[in-house]
Parts: sequence; structure tokens; C-alpha cells
Amino acid sequence: MSTPLIETKGLKKYFKTPKGDLHAVDDVNLKIEKGNTLGVVGESGCGKSTLGRIILRLLEPTAGEVLYNGKNILNYDRKQMLDIRKELQIIFQDPYASLNPRMTISEIIAEPIKVCKTITNKKELNDKVFELMETVGLAERLVNTYPHELDGGRRQRIGIARALALDPEFIVCDEPVSALDVSIQAQILNLLMDLQDQRGLTYMFITHDLSVVKHISKDVAVMYLGQCVERTDSETLFRNPLHPYTQALLNAIPIPSLRSRPRSELVIKGEITSPINPRPGCRFAARCPRATKICTEHNVELKEIESGHFVACTLY
Amino acid sequence: MSTKTLVEIKDLHVVYNTDEKTVYAVNGLNLTINRGETLGLVGETGAGKTTTALSIMKLLPDRVGEIRQGKILLDNIDITRATPADMRLIRGESVSMIFQDPMTSLNPILTVSDQISEVLDLHRLDMSSEEKIKKVDEILKLVGLSADRKNEYPHQFSGGMKQRVVIAMALACEPKLILADEPTTALDVTIQAQILSMMKELKQRLNTAMIFITHDLGVVAQICDRVAIMYAGEIIEIGTTADIFDNPNHHPYTSGLFGSIPDMTKVAKRLNPIEGLMPDPTDLPNGCKFHPRCPKCMEICEAVNPGDNIDGTHTIKCHLFSQ
Repeated sequence: MSTPLIETKGLKKYFKTPKGDLHAVDDVNLKIEKGNTLGVVGESGCGKSTLGRIILRLLEPTAGEVLYNGKNILNYDRKQMLDIRKELQIIFQDPYASLNPRMTISEIIAEPIKVCKTITNKKELNDKVFELMETVGLAERLVNTYPHELDGGRRQRIGIARALALDPEFIVCDEPVSALDVSIQAQILNLLMDLQDQRGLTYMFITHDLSVVKHISKDVAVMYLGQCVERTDSETLFRNPLHPYTQALLNAIPIPSLRSRPRSELVIKGEITSPINPRPGCRFAARCPRATKICTEHNVELKEIESGHFVACTLY
Repeated sequence: MSTKTLVEIKDLHVVYNTDEKTVYAVNGLNLTINRGETLGLVGETGAGKTTTALSIMKLLPDRVGEIRQGKILLDNIDITRATPADMRLIRGESVSMIFQDPMTSLNPILTVSDQISEVLDLHRLDMSSEEKIKKVDEILKLVGLSADRKNEYPHQFSGGMKQRVVIAMALACEPKLILADEPTTALDVTIQAQILSMMKELKQRLNTAMIFITHDLGVVAQICDRVAIMYAGEIIEIGTTADIFDNPNHHPYTSGLFGSIPDMTKVAKRLNPIEGLMPDPTDLPNGCKFHPRCPKCMEICEAVNPGDNIDGTHTIKCHLFSQ
């Protein structure tokens, strides 16, 4: 098998809090092949955004490795990092907070190019900005407007244009459509998929919305309290979810159809437990309908149950 | 007005007057809600869903928000003419509202039990304090919270539990109508499922009517009896849940909404969203307000605003269905 574009090994991030260590990301191993999309799903507080930020080194991990084309980027110095950042970009969740309100659209889109000095000629830079605006579907007349003049969908298009400005290989999409209305959400999802087809982009798509994940990703990783509990290709995950948490999550999605009503009556009890100094054992055990004594005795490793289907559960 | 009808809204027009422009938020809305019924009010940001709910509560912002025209009858009382003193008696007693964000709709410096009993202090003047304490315990149990925690403050609760507290406050006086404004949007899916199944159960037990405002058609399918789809301040389609989810005839906007949702049961390469954006509410288009985005737009749509085409329980406001 060829080297995956992005690989993480034993990635950990603990935040220090007065009550103890908060295990935001705890021993996560992932692989993303070139040109693919990995969907990372989980509820708020499961560490999915932290994971995305560590992979881009916007946060320094407590332990572990992030391999980009087989090389550990955590050892890179400042200059090497600046170089590699051209290939690794991010689209943020909130298009209202991630754009500088005092910069015009063209300034926002041109900024990464100016920072990395990939284009120095002013005219070429202008042409590049217009080209990017066209790619993401922004009208040319908007070039000198400010973010507050635009609606959420258009702002998210600016965020996407900015991420594309340096022709990256890999983009972390951190809930890029969660703040948008459904009809706009669909427009943005279509745009992201078209861009992937045209440019061979690789995405890590972070979201809490399973139906979006199913639509856009080839592989899916389900996270719960900092750990990856199930990882497989999207088709298998939705056909045959094995971890009780994945099953519960799938059951909890409201389906816009009357016929599937009875399915959603199964509701898991309780709420997410504290990520501060978690007890050993499976972290889902407290809410799991099928938990037994062994679940709380020792940590549960992610195991390959079927080819390509990894689950961290004592049932298997 | 029949005895079955609880709320009747007739030709409601609501505007927001700003320094420069007038925002036309609700434009000629007609709606009836029967006792014990749950109506889903669906639409995108800016469709006028929340404005409609605030008009029923008479909580539109002072001086800026204005009901230009129309009537809102709640049990034959016209709310548009009620005085502030009348409204204080109606709010919490007959109608109550659950807001979207449970994090900001609770008072951080009052304990949970104080906040729930505040409703009783205002409306149950004959209740003794022991009875009120008992009632608070009862309501907390009803929404699935342990009474031991009633003396804690909102920040000690998680998002899902805060929303349970907000629901407990809304239910304290057993109102006839609850306006739920996106009550689960800020919550995680597993918590959303818990809250929805609880609300469904409570509604049946207390026989309360509810207007459930949401943009999530999946939630609507789970909890509502009837559904109204709003666009640019008008109801463009209304019917029973079966009419909306199983009937093939739809307003083009409704079809667009369904086309925008990634379907969990099918494998589709691309979504079919509605092109374009919501119209500017200060400058609405002539004729049908959806015509600039409509894939089936005809000549008549640009000039004439369509009337209601009624087929049994199903009403569609579109020229495609007028004979």
C-alpha cells in the first residue's frame, strides 16, 4: 500500500485544568489516503476540532506523531512549517467569526498568498483573486465589499477561496456547513465535492451531522470523548454499525420521512461524562445499554473486526 | 370560531421599522391551531418564523416591531388589542415560550427552583409556599430531572438539562399553547432525541397545543401533526405530516428543501439545492415571492401573488396548482 497523505500515530492532547488533565484527544490513529475524504463525527466535546487543529499544528499535541507523506511534521522548525502550511489548509466553522471584519474580500483571499509570497506581481495576484472568486462562485462585483455586507453562505465561500489560495493538497473542514441553512448547506457541499473532483483535494471533514458525513466522505471515524471508537468506510458504517455508540448515534438522527418513525424510539440515556481524568475502561460504558463488568476494568483498544472495519468494544 | 380551534391568526402583517428601511417580516399570514395539536413551522433563517411566535406572545421589540394589520385570536381574545397588563396575565398562564438557546434563556444568578416558582408566584396567587415547593418538585420530575438538584444554579447543568429546566418553566402553569422556538437546535443529536421523546410524551399527557419552530424536516416528521412551510413571511404550504411527507404534490420551495437534505437511505452523488438566496425583506419581489429562485417560474408568477389552492387538508400557495 502507498503511504497515506496524512497519518496520525498515538496522538494525544491533554489540557491542564485546575481539576486535572482534560483528555481532549486520547491516542488517536488515523490514515487519510490522497484524494479521499475522511469524515470525523462526534458530539460536542468529543475532541474532533482539537484533532483537526493538531494535525495542522495549530495546537501542539502532548504526545504522538503527525505524518504528512510519511514525514513527521511535529519535528519541523518554523521555516519548514511555513513551507508545508501551503499544502495544509483549514475552513472554519463560523463564517461570521473567521473573517477579519476590517479587510475587504480581495484582501482576505490574497492574504495567504502575500504571507507565503507565492505570487509577488500585483497584477498576477489580482488575477488569481478573481480566478479564486470565480471557482467558489462569488460574483466579481463583490471584490471590494466587507464581510458584514454578505450573508453566511457567501462568507463561507470566501473562507473556502482563502483555503484554496495556495493550491493546498489537504484541507481540514471544521464543520463548514453547520452554521448555514439547509439550502445553502447543499450549495456549499456541492461546491466542496466539485473542487475535490477538479483538484484532487484531500479532506478531513469534521461534523456532528451524520447525514452530511454519509454524503461527502469515503471513510468515517466516530469519536467519543477523545477516542476513536469506530473507523471504517462510510458504506459499511451505515449498513453495519458495530459500536453501541455508533448505533445510538444513527438511531438518534431524525429522518425526514414518516415510514422510519419506529426506528428512532431507541434513545440512549444520560449525557457525556467528564473528560477530566477519565476512569480506565471504555468511556461510553456509563451510557452503554450493553455494558458489562469487563468494560470498566481495562482500556479497550481499537481492533480490526472485519477487513478495514475497526471497532473499540469488548463485544467483539 | 369552533370550540376545537385554540388560535386563529388572520391576515397578519408584521414589520420592523428601522431608521432607513422597513423590513417586511410577516406578510398576510393565516393560520389556525387546534387544541392539543402540534404544528411544525418550518423555514430558513429570515422566513418570519420567530416573528410569528413573538407576535403571538406580543414580545416584538418596542417601537421597532409593529403589527400593521391582522388579528390573533387566542380563545377568542384578540391579542393584538390586549394591553400590557392583559398580556402579563396571558403569558405563562395560557401561552408560554421555549427559546432556542437554553444557555442564555435562564437567569444565571437564580437557582433553578427559584426560576420555576417565579411563574407560580405570578399566576398562582392562592398557592401556599409549601404547595409551590411541591409543585416545583413535581414539574422537575416530569421533565426528567432529580428534585435534589433544584437548588443548583444554571451553570451547574449541561445544555440538555438546562433545556429541560426551560421546558419545566414553560409547563409550570400548564398553558394551553407552547411556542417552542428551535428548542433542540443547540443540542447534540443524542440529547435532542431524549428531549424530543420527552416533549412528545408530555404533550400527550397534558394535551397542550404546540407550535414547533424548526428548520429540520427530520424533527418535524417525528413530533408534528401538521406542518406549515414558511417563505418570506408567508405560509406557502400547509398540511398534515402525511400531506407534506408522502404526497407528491408540493410547492417548488418545499421540493427544494427536501432536495437539499442529504438522504441517509439513498446514495446520491449530488444534492439538488435551490439556487440563489432568500429575497431581501426590505425589498420583496412582486408576484410570488419565490419566483426569482423558482425552477418552474411562469409569466403569471412574476405579476400575481398566488392564492391558496386547497385540496382537503393540504393547501399550496402556487400558480402551478390553480385551475
